Amino acid sequence: MQCGFLCLAIFILIGSGDEAARFDHLGHQLMCICGCRQILLECNHVGCPDSDGMRNELMAAVSRGDSDSLVSQAFVQKYGPTVLAAPTNTGFNRTAWIVPFVALGFGLMTVVFIVRAWRSRPAPALAEDLRPVRGADLEQFRAQARKETEL
Amino acid sequence: MAQIGSYALLLALALSAYSFLAGTIALVRRDPGSERMGETARRAGIATFAAVLLAAVVLVICAFQDNFSIAYIFHHSNRDLPAPYKFATLWSGQEGSLLFWSLLLAAYGFVLRLRYKTDPRLFAYASVVIAAVQVFFLLLLNFAAHPFAVMQGSLPPDGAGLNPLLQYPEMVIHPPMLYLGYVGFTVPFAFALGALIMKYPGEKWIHVTRRWTMVTWGFLTCGIFLGAHWAYSVLGWGGYWGWDPVENASLMPWLTGTAFLHSVMMQEKRGMLKVWNMWLVFATFWLAILGTFLTRSGIISSVHAFAQSSIGEWFGWFLIITLAAFLYFFWRNKSHLRSEHKLESLVSRESSFLFNNLLFVLACFTILWGTWFPKISELAQGHQVTVGAPFYNSVAIPVALLLLLLTALGPLLAWRKTSLESLKRNFLWPALGAAAVGLVMMISGVRPWNDISYFYALMAAMLAALVSLTVVSEFIRGGRVISAHSGQNLFASMVHLLHRNTRRYGGYIVHFGVAVLVIGMLGTPFNREAEKEMGYGDKMSLGPYTLVCQSYTQEYNENYSSEWAIINVLKGEKQIATLYPERRFYKASQQAQTIPRIRSTAAEDLYLVYEGLNPDTGRPIIKAHLNPLVMWIWVGVWIVIVGTGVALIPNAQAVVRAPAPKLVESPAVVGAGN
Repeated sequence: MQCGFLCLAIFILIGSGDEAARFDHLGHQLMCICGCRQILLECNHVGCPDSDGMRNELMAAVSRGDSDSLVSQAFVQKYGPTVLAAPTNTGFNRTAWIVPFVALGFGLMTVVFIVRAWRSRPAPALAEDLRPVRGADLEQFRAQARKETEL
Repeated sequence: MAQIGSYALLLALALSAYSFLAGTIALVRRDPGSERMGETARRAGIATFAAVLLAAVVLVICAFQDNFSIAYIFHHSNRDLPAPYKFATLWSGQEGSLLFWSLLLAAYGFVLRLRYKTDPRLFAYASVVIAAVQVFFLLLLNFAAHPFAVMQGSLPPDGAGLNPLLQYPEMVIHPPMLYLGYVGFTVPFAFALGALIMKYPGEKWIHVTRRWTMVTWGFLTCGIFLGAHWAYSVLGWGGYWGWDPVENASLMPWLTGTAFLHSVMMQEKRGMLKVWNMWLVFATFWLAILGTFLTRSGIISSVHAFAQSSIGEWFGWFLIITLAAFLYFFWRNKSHLRSEHKLESLVSRESSFLFNNLLFVLACFTILWGTWFPKISELAQGHQVTVGAPFYNSVAIPVALLLLLLTALGPLLAWRKTSLESLKRNFLWPALGAAAVGLVMMISGVRPWNDISYFYALMAAMLAALVSLTVVSEFIRGGRVISAHSGQNLFASMVHLLHRNTRRYGGYIVHFGVAVLVIGMLGTPFNREAEKEMGYGDKMSLGPYTLVCQSYTQEYNENYSSEWAIINVLKGEKQIATLYPERRFYKASQQAQTIPRIRSTAAEDLYLVYEGLNPDTGRPIIKAHLNPLVMWIWVGVWIVIVGTGVALIPNAQAVVRAPAPKLVESPAVVGAGN
């Protein structure tokens, strides 16, 4: 029990105390709004009119202990939805995240369907002078091929 | 001079239009006179190259002559621009780059029309398709984006100068490489469409276009990674890929082109996926044009985009027309593409190619979706949203990891059927090696449960190891077989193996290059950075390095003025390098540009950026990045290029070997696998 509380306390303390990590994480979820289309913390062009101010605002919010969602909301209210580096997971924006996985599922189903359909097709008929090799003969050929090619 | 260029473009349009119309008539009529008409169409196509080349040469001469009466030269050059960049003026702006595109297309058409004897009728169809595409670009150049438009009013004394971002050596070769890739995919598309229209029997068009496709793919790969290297070396944010729409536009045709290079083997070896391959070739061509549309229409905002102009509409219509034409011919002749699809086992090379194609196309779709989503959001919600790196990293990385897994598995699978025993035997050592790599990483402190990016890095490292070990094991196994038959040593046998099947083993080298490239990328989650205002003697620490500002100064030349710092790099007590991060201010364009300096080693890059002078203190602000493993990205790209080159070499004949042991005396038999 004590051990559990200790772990929980450490987890909470680590989470709340690491402001630099939170600043770094949140700063990479936001865009600089000057038109450079760079992530806020990666905006480096000389004389950018916006990024320094935005970084200061972010640092202040993190220092105040604002939650991630509160920080995001504040930036969206001030700078508009394009300040977020990726669509949110709410409303219509959710489709941005869902569609690729739906496509993956659909694609996988299609491939599986194709594979099953192709596997169930009958083998083409052999020419008259050919006879299929089965059983011991086939194993003999396989062993010989393996021996010669190590495949 | 401008008039010569203008007339050359008009002549080129007339010649390509004739090549298209006469070539079409000759193919449709098929009477005795049509052969001669077809020959004139071919020659007109060849002459188109000469006319477009003349126009391009004239534009370059104008750039060297500082002929600012031509608006394009005024906007993209200036008197003090160094000579290589004056040459690069040809592709530095909208009109010039379209002329360059047209020139490359004409050059591809020129080569194709010279080699027509390989298969005159198929080449005639391909020539007509290329002429049609050429007509579109020449219409654009003559009526919408004229590179020889003349300045109005008094003649300016100097030009506005080239964009500072483009004044970097790689920008002299990055666009040509990228365009060679984009434009080159017109050739396989032209052959595919030609084969579809004429109901070409067999798979010969695939054989004809295989080298074209590989060369084009190689150029596009070079172009993409030269762009990434340019971004890393010039933009100064410490990264090499920003998921910008224009970067995405180059990646999409590359993905479908790569899918085609794999799936085409199914058609060659098994006669399968004929419809799919036709669509992949078309999609690759179409996506290359779509990329150009994105760059030039201004419909999607991007840091790379050219100025917004009306030519976006031209490209939009061209996309619609090409789609309609392809759909029409596909619908009319689709019965010709019927394949004998028969799959014997799920554990086979065929299956792996199916899944590989699914993942490539899915990756392409995801990037397309992400690129267009801001526009879709605007239509649905009334406002745009940003789809940046966090989205792509979340969605595309899992797909890339799955692709890497298939890259490792694919070579171990035989055509038709692979026994589980054989798979286990071939897979065991590479899998153990990959597991060992994972274990070493975890012991070294990589905790995949702490952060999803660490998990991705761990998986990427293990899969890259798996791919590498698979490739090595394939070479060793094949080499041992040849060694046993020829008596050569193992290394000589592996070299001989490479010569015997350059396509297969060149492909494996490409796979190995991809694995090395991935190793370079997986350092990203471990990047570190620091920033400090540094006066004389000030120190900043980053990782094992201590940076000491020795001095900072200014310099002037005709083209730009610059501020730069002299930073001594110490590791422990020992000075190991001196770096000179710089900021330039270009006079003609009145734009500033940072020039990062990089100390690159196999373990990490130390990347310094001169961010500017603090106006209050007059001291420079230096930002330092420590980026692990980046060098391996560029090494991996070189390996990919070498592998592509090897795959293009014709196969050598088999060595003289010991008489083959007699099998069993029996009539002809089948069924012993492949």
